[in-house]
Amino acid sequence: MTANYNYAFIDESTKKEIRRKILKAIAIPGYQVPFGSRELPIARGWGTGGLQITLSIIGEQDTFKVIDQGSDDSVNAVNIRKFIAQTTSVRFTTDTAQATLIQTRHRIPEEKLNEGQVLILQVPIPEPLRLIEHSETGTRRMHAEADYSGMWLYLYENIIRYGETTIGAGYPVMVNGRHMMSPSPIPRWDVPKLNMAEALFLFGAGREKRIYAIPPHTRVVPIEFEDFPFRAEDFRGHECASCKSTDTFLNEIVDSGSGMKKWFCSDSSFCEKRQMQKRQDV
Amino acid sequence: MGYIAVRGGEKAIENSIQFLEHKRSAGGSPPVSISQIRDQLHFLVDRVMGEGSLYAPDLAALAIKQSAGDAFEAAFMVRAYRATLERLAYSIPSETRDMRICRRISAAFQEIPGGQILGPSSDYTLRLLDFSLCNEMKGEVKDTWLQFLKETGLRDEIPETLPKIVDMLRRQNLVATRERSAGLKPAITDITRDAIQFPSDRSATLQTMARGETGGMLALAYSNMRGYGTAHPTIGEIRTGWIPVFVQHPFTAKRVEAGQIPVTEAEIISKINADSKDPKFEIGYGLCFGNNEIKAISMATLDAAMQNGESRYPSEDQEFVLTHIDGIEAMGFANHFKLPHYVTFQSELDMLRSSRKKIEKKAENMQPDRENNHDSQL
Repeated sequence: MTANYNYAFIDESTKKEIRRKILKAIAIPGYQVPFGSRELPIARGWGTGGLQITLSIIGEQDTFKVIDQGSDDSVNAVNIRKFIAQTTSVRFTTDTAQATLIQTRHRIPEEKLNEGQVLILQVPIPEPLRLIEHSETGTRRMHAEADYSGMWLYLYENIIRYGETTIGAGYPVMVNGRHMMSPSPIPRWDVPKLNMAEALFLFGAGREKRIYAIPPHTRVVPIEFEDFPFRAEDFRGHECASCKSTDTFLNEIVDSGSGMKKWFCSDSSFCEKRQMQKRQDV
Repeated sequence: MGYIAVRGGEKAIENSIQFLEHKRSAGGSPPVSISQIRDQLHFLVDRVMGEGSLYAPDLAALAIKQSAGDAFEAAFMVRAYRATLERLAYSIPSETRDMRICRRISAAFQEIPGGQILGPSSDYTLRLLDFSLCNEMKGEVKDTWLQFLKETGLRDEIPETLPKIVDMLRRQNLVATRERSAGLKPAITDITRDAIQFPSDRSATLQTMARGETGGMLALAYSNMRGYGTAHPTIGEIRTGWIPVFVQHPFTAKRVEAGQIPVTEAEIISKINADSKDPKFEIGYGLCFGNNEIKAISMATLDAAMQNGESRYPSEDQEFVLTHIDGIEAMGFANHFKLPHYVTFQSELDMLRSSRKKIEKKAENMQPDRENNHDSQL
């Protein structure tokens, strides 16, 4: 099957075009750059934006990791890894520290990312203002004028009505003090990892045809009120049933046998690493 | 332990794919050939080519076979294949006045120059199941057709070109002139290279609709026809047939015919425009690969509907129409909700629990307050 396709599937002139858009996105942190998104053999909504970025920048020397909701072994990650394996000859890893390129859906790894690493996030809806304005013409104008009052009002009204901002995942952030940006549906837990980071974050929305970026050492602040600060998910009183961590994002699982609620690390490769360390320590 | 089952997902996924492949041949019937699909399911092939946005009958037939007849999946495969092809050149605009006609009708006038040419159409059939097809023999239809030609003596030549109905109205100065993209650089937008921007120019609008999903476009056009809109279409002309595709030779710069493609073209005459000093008809235009009149009519209707400066209905709102008619995008997004959302849902759960806790607390705090007030009033 591979014989009929170019290295990393898409043609070279398209890759060049996408790399140019990535450079523009890096130059204007948090700004959504429109690009001529191509169709890939993976469905729209399944990471085609992230994938086009990956395919455009991946080279023979890269070590690649894919995660879906924290797991290297979930449906979306498996599909994408298989596709990259068929069209390139890169090495694969599940170890965050070893990877040069990481494509991810809905999570930032627990382990701190370092200089030279690139995290590529898949984005379903790139527009943070879509919550309050359905038209693209409208939201583009709001960004141009840095008019984010509607969003503050939305936050305020929710706090009054529900006692909470009610935005679970994909919590809006201000990037470099200029653009409001959706960090993609990562949990609030991961949002602080974007601020003044060492690594480069690239965001790709294939269906909506937008690329945006957070370059290293960029200020990224979740929107909050002085008297109602931003709050990450609360896992106090719980620990991972496998690695006993109390400092990671946990998924709650109802055990099908006992009906008991249990908690496990969402970042599966990090959890394994911790378990291994524990065993070595003993 | 339920969660552990998630490990080993790779194997389960592999098995699911195998199972799907097995289902296609599990019935034990002989495999369908690409040529059978191309010839005998030609409406489906045309639709897949149109929505896949690539003129390639054999590849479309292959996609239909591989997807076991799922039109969304088939168009998707064709579209993904298209993404691997280099953009070598743009064709020179074709003139549909030069179409080699197969069928051509007008609903606006009874008598038209060149005449109404019905061609092949299901419009005039009774939708009765034909049980004789259950045991159709090879060549049966061909024999009947030859016999039919012999008996009727229908041998009229169709002229090389036929005049356009809309041109007649144009000559009488009854049709509003549409904005042309010419003069801009480049003359046309290419939506496969640049993301569409709003308000979109006409070339981007028509391109987006030409690759739109038939059912989705029909639903929107129908909403307009039925009352949520004001397009009031009259079919000026529908023609199906073959048009030549010309490209400029890269070295000699000469015009070269690269081939011919079958298309359906619809021109609908719509409401009288808003200009009260110079009232004219507006024309809606639709064109798509192969034989797909429903799509061409829907496209033309939406084209006319979107000319309304202010959009009162969804079908008149350019951004609404053009961002929701792409079948490949819509099906992908609708399907993606089947992917795990454990993390995002965990995040939402946390938010809801916190919200409920805070509201409960507020209610508790309110309770003694009210009693206090009551006391003080006493």
